[in-house]
Amino acid sequence: MSEPKQTGPEVAFNVVGDQIADDREQMLDFRIDEDLAKVATPRSDHVIVARVEDLFRWAQLSSIWPMTFGLACCAIEMMSAAGTRYDMDRFGAGAMRGTPRQADLMIVSGTVTAKMATRIKRLYDQMPDPKWVIAMGSCAIGGGPYFKYGYHVVKGVDMMVPVDVYVPGCPPRPEVLLDGLMRLQDKIRGKRGKWRKPKWVDEYINTIPR
Amino acid sequence: MTDVRPHQDIATPAGDIAKPIKSELLHINMGPQHPSTHGVLRLFITTDGEMVTKVVPYLGYLHRCAEKIAEGNTYHQYIIYTDRMDYLAAMNCNWTYCLAVENTLRSLGVEVEIPEYAEYVRVIIGELNRIASHLIAFGTYGLDIGAMTPFFHALREREAILNIFEKVCGARLMYSYYDVGGVKWDIPDDAMDEIKLFIDLFPAKLDEYNELLTGNKIFVERTANVGVLDAATCIDYGCTGPVLRGSGVKHDLRKDDPYSIYDRFDFDIPVGTGTVGTVGDCWDRYHVRMLEMYESWRIIQQAVDRIPPRGEVMAKMPKNLKVPPGQGYYRAENPKGEMGFYIISDGGTVPFRCKTRSPAFHNLHIIEHVGKGQMISDLCATIGSLDLVLGEIDR
Repeated sequence: MSEPKQTGPEVAFNVVGDQIADDREQMLDFRIDEDLAKVATPRSDHVIVARVEDLFRWAQLSSIWPMTFGLACCAIEMMSAAGTRYDMDRFGAGAMRGTPRQADLMIVSGTVTAKMATRIKRLYDQMPDPKWVIAMGSCAIGGGPYFKYGYHVVKGVDMMVPVDVYVPGCPPRPEVLLDGLMRLQDKIRGKRGKWRKPKWVDEYINTIPR
Repeated sequence: MTDVRPHQDIATPAGDIAKPIKSELLHINMGPQHPSTHGVLRLFITTDGEMVTKVVPYLGYLHRCAEKIAEGNTYHQYIIYTDRMDYLAAMNCNWTYCLAVENTLRSLGVEVEIPEYAEYVRVIIGELNRIASHLIAFGTYGLDIGAMTPFFHALREREAILNIFEKVCGARLMYSYYDVGGVKWDIPDDAMDEIKLFIDLFPAKLDEYNELLTGNKIFVERTANVGVLDAATCIDYGCTGPVLRGSGVKHDLRKDDPYSIYDRFDFDIPVGTGTVGTVGDCWDRYHVRMLEMYESWRIIQQAVDRIPPRGEVMAKMPKNLKVPPGQGYYRAENPKGEMGFYIISDGGTVPFRCKTRSPAFHNLHIIEHVGKGQMISDLCATIGSLDLVLGEIDR
């Protein structure tokens, strides 16, 4: 699988917030079904044959249930991502669970303090396998603005739990969290999905004064 | 740990001999991971069946050393940490801190003249953020009670406000827009148009919210006569903001101790009246926030009408700001209540000490008083009505 050639720097998803909703069809990764169609051979109208592993992965990545786990400021952006404009449910990840025992994904959204660190480890242990972790925001990645003088701030949640996807920003915009979620889906699928550049990106880049 | 005692709170039918029901006391940790504690608040509650007999809040799960950081950063650099205190109303936190520094400078003999245009910009943006903060309070309170829909409606209007903020300063949540001596940039034209559009559209949305939640029968049943706080207790605990006003005390620093240019605007201070229950119940606190959104809308409208022609947005300030030795305290009305900064300077470029008086910290501690004798589900309703932000409580 060859990636489309990039001319110039790769464009982040968060260049224009509002246009995401208009181009959501283009942003969504429909290769999920195409990949499944390759391995699932239709034998008749009612029977398909596929590897169980592929089917499981497809089911897992299409219904990630995150835990309601707001730590700090990033939790507000996580709420926005689940809210009206960004609608995380489009990716099958909108079912926020209150308890770790029903969740697959822990979005560590905010500053991890020394007092909270043991609780995070415990919550992670309570989640059933398979489970994934997204470190959201610079505090969860490595201390962020509290790196230098924050005597009570843990410099990175990856000291306690294994992190799958790092989402940078202070706080990251909801689009970036959605991007992180798509990268997590890629990880579950086992290969990177095709990213289709929306039409407006080139047009937008041309309007930026240089 | 266990204790057996007669049950006190179960009402027996008339005529029955009250037979003491013995039940074991159960100690439960509510939080730090709990959907309705709004962050990482941990409540250690003792329950007798469904009734709560004791509530003890445990803090420090989000202690981010903000006050210590102030001692290592210059006055300008610390502005970004005030953003992260009350992250739902970061503009107001910036504003309070800048007011504190300006006032300290003035009291120590340094002239700081903020341009009038900048004052108007500060009021417009600050009141917009107050609406945004109350919208989240309204939406998440619905979630706590069990109503999902208001949350989506509230976020829709919040995104409109965040759009304006994005055009004004480039950020969605952490703005750092206010600076000592004014604001950092002017409001661009298209943002001003969007503010005017927002003014036109918002009252209809408020009616929609009231239709959705305020008069909803289930919502009224869950919140009326629940978590009643009388005015004297609120004052004793140091509560401010909608919590105090919900109990019927007409106290608002924008009127009582006007800062900036608030004395030029015509607005009312809504107080709790006990429309559906008792004065000072959860519904009153909720309703005060809804009315305050309307009052903020009135202030924005007046400010946009009277805003002077474009001019300077920053006072002439030295690049390397030094505060003469001395101290100063200044307070302002934030969406959560009265926020204040106490600055001690030793004459250098960094404060010697910068103490924060955060409203949610004082509002939280009333839970010890009001939580006793409630059902566990009512405790959730009470916490939601206090509108806590843990970033501000632990700092």
